[in-house]
Amino acid sequence: MHLLSLSLINFKNYEQADLDFSSKINCFVGENGVGKTNLLDAIHYLALCKSNLNPVDTQNIRYDQEMSMIQGVFSRLEKEETIYCSIRKNRKKQFKRNKKEYKRLMEHIGLIPLVMISPADYGLIQGGSDERRRLMNAVIGQYDHIYLENIISYNRILTQRNRLLKESAGRSGNLDVLEILNQQLVQYGVPVFEARKDFTEKLMPVFQEYYQHVSGNKEEVSLAYSSQLNELDFSTALRESINKDLSVQYTTTGIHKDDLQMMLAGHPLKKVGSQGQQKTYLVALKLAEFEFMQTLMKLSPILLLDDIFDKFDAFRVKQIIKLVADNRFGQIFITDTNEERLKKILKEIPTEHLIYHITKSGVDLI
Amino acid sequence: MRDIILDMYQSYSSKLLEEAVEEFASLPGIGRKTALRLVLFLLKQDDKEVERFGNTVLKMKKEIMHCKICHNISDTEVCAICSDNYRDHEIICVVENIRDVMSIENTQQYHGIYHVLGGIISPLDGIGPADLTIESLVEKARNNSIKEIILALSTTMEGDTTNFYIYKKLQESSVSITTLARGVAIGDDLEYADEITLGRSILNRTKFEDIFKGMNGSR
Repeated sequence: MHLLSLSLINFKNYEQADLDFSSKINCFVGENGVGKTNLLDAIHYLALCKSNLNPVDTQNIRYDQEMSMIQGVFSRLEKEETIYCSIRKNRKKQFKRNKKEYKRLMEHIGLIPLVMISPADYGLIQGGSDERRRLMNAVIGQYDHIYLENIISYNRILTQRNRLLKESAGRSGNLDVLEILNQQLVQYGVPVFEARKDFTEKLMPVFQEYYQHVSGNKEEVSLAYSSQLNELDFSTALRESINKDLSVQYTTTGIHKDDLQMMLAGHPLKKVGSQGQQKTYLVALKLAEFEFMQTLMKLSPILLLDDIFDKFDAFRVKQIIKLVADNRFGQIFITDTNEERLKKILKEIPTEHLIYHITKSGVDLI
Repeated sequence: MRDIILDMYQSYSSKLLEEAVEEFASLPGIGRKTALRLVLFLLKQDDKEVERFGNTVLKMKKEIMHCKICHNISDTEVCAICSDNYRDHEIICVVENIRDVMSIENTQQYHGIYHVLGGIISPLDGIGPADLTIESLVEKARNNSIKEIILALSTTMEGDTTNFYIYKKLQESSVSITTLARGVAIGDDLEYADEITLGRSILNRTKFEDIFKGMNGSR
């Protein structure tokens, strides 16, 4: 699984760009603000139908332009796949696979598996539980479409239920409807719970192995799935919390309250982890995600490493490179501001690589 | 962006014209530009034509009735379908609105009668069971002559909610409750069928014989 070429028109800071890639390691070097990460983001778009950074599609269109276009040619299972994406103001974004438009974007997710490690990942540690649920959705959704369908249905029912709770006063028959909605929440929520539980249980040992490898020490790390459904039967819990729900006017029980507990030596990572430890944790988590997806999908995801070497000591950098140079990883894209450092690192690995030099005036192959 | 703002506040040369445009633009699917085109067209027509147009709309609104049996839109107290003795009055097909009645009638495969709900349960749109004709359906089911009720609502979350609700209300009666088959659309490549639909089609597969038998009309 790899990207052969990428063409951009009016995407973020690029007026136009055409790039061809190596099936192994591709590097983008350049100063801050020249658009290295934007290239990774374009690849992110082609795989997951959205930006990793800006959830508002139209804000990814080049300033003062009406539309932007991204096109990539991938080699997948010995077959070429052309993926086209266009974003226009006041229109729905459009995705095409080999010129055929997708009716639902969801159908595309998972065709091009992808894992991205970026500075934005700190949100997983610092941010609210929604960030961690989004991580689970992003990974599981790539190999399990039914999971995505269930999430969408669950959220729809949840919105209906919350609205009903808000207007429950005085309307007859509402309790009956509430009961039906409970039943539907269970119908879609329980499979999501099971998929998340299965995912975290299987990811955990892989994750610990990667952490130990990158950090080189025996610090104990863990990642645990916390859900009200771990202890409770969803259907019973919903029924028992009806009075509470009616008084607070929203649904207090369910998988929309799920979280991931990130621990370091038995304590919350957010509180005790140093910046380096937190970064190591995130990198190990993402690499574990990679291996997990690869095993399940029997396809190497594309790996995007955005500014990953910053803040790491020499030992950790070396450990990561050793891992990544290993043949089990497929195509990799790396951004860095420090060309010398990157060249030194690449010298140590025999793998084929291309380096692109990015400047304000354009993209050049070194 | 500036163009759009200018357009929105574009002033008309006549207050009357503006009011008429406002009215047309309040219709579903009609924007202000189309509304203006329609109004200017009417303005060019003969007085008689416009009068007929207006009266037709008024008359439609004033005189139209809802069939007291199936709640479908009708010119008479009981609609043409419900008063048709050749149809099977033991089977009721539950649909959301008159458009669905027309769609099913167009298939020419169904010879029972209908029950029009007038919507589906959706708290987001402020529609609860009391706003629909569910009570009268339950009433009908108590009548022993009904053998089967077919739930033919859209396959959305709200359609499902309504299906479950009706199903629960009908559980006490002895009526057999069925729903439309859900599966791969005719003429579709399996490659392009979505996983949910395909998965369900595998689970609810049908006997091959039933496929060519089924083509010769309803049971």
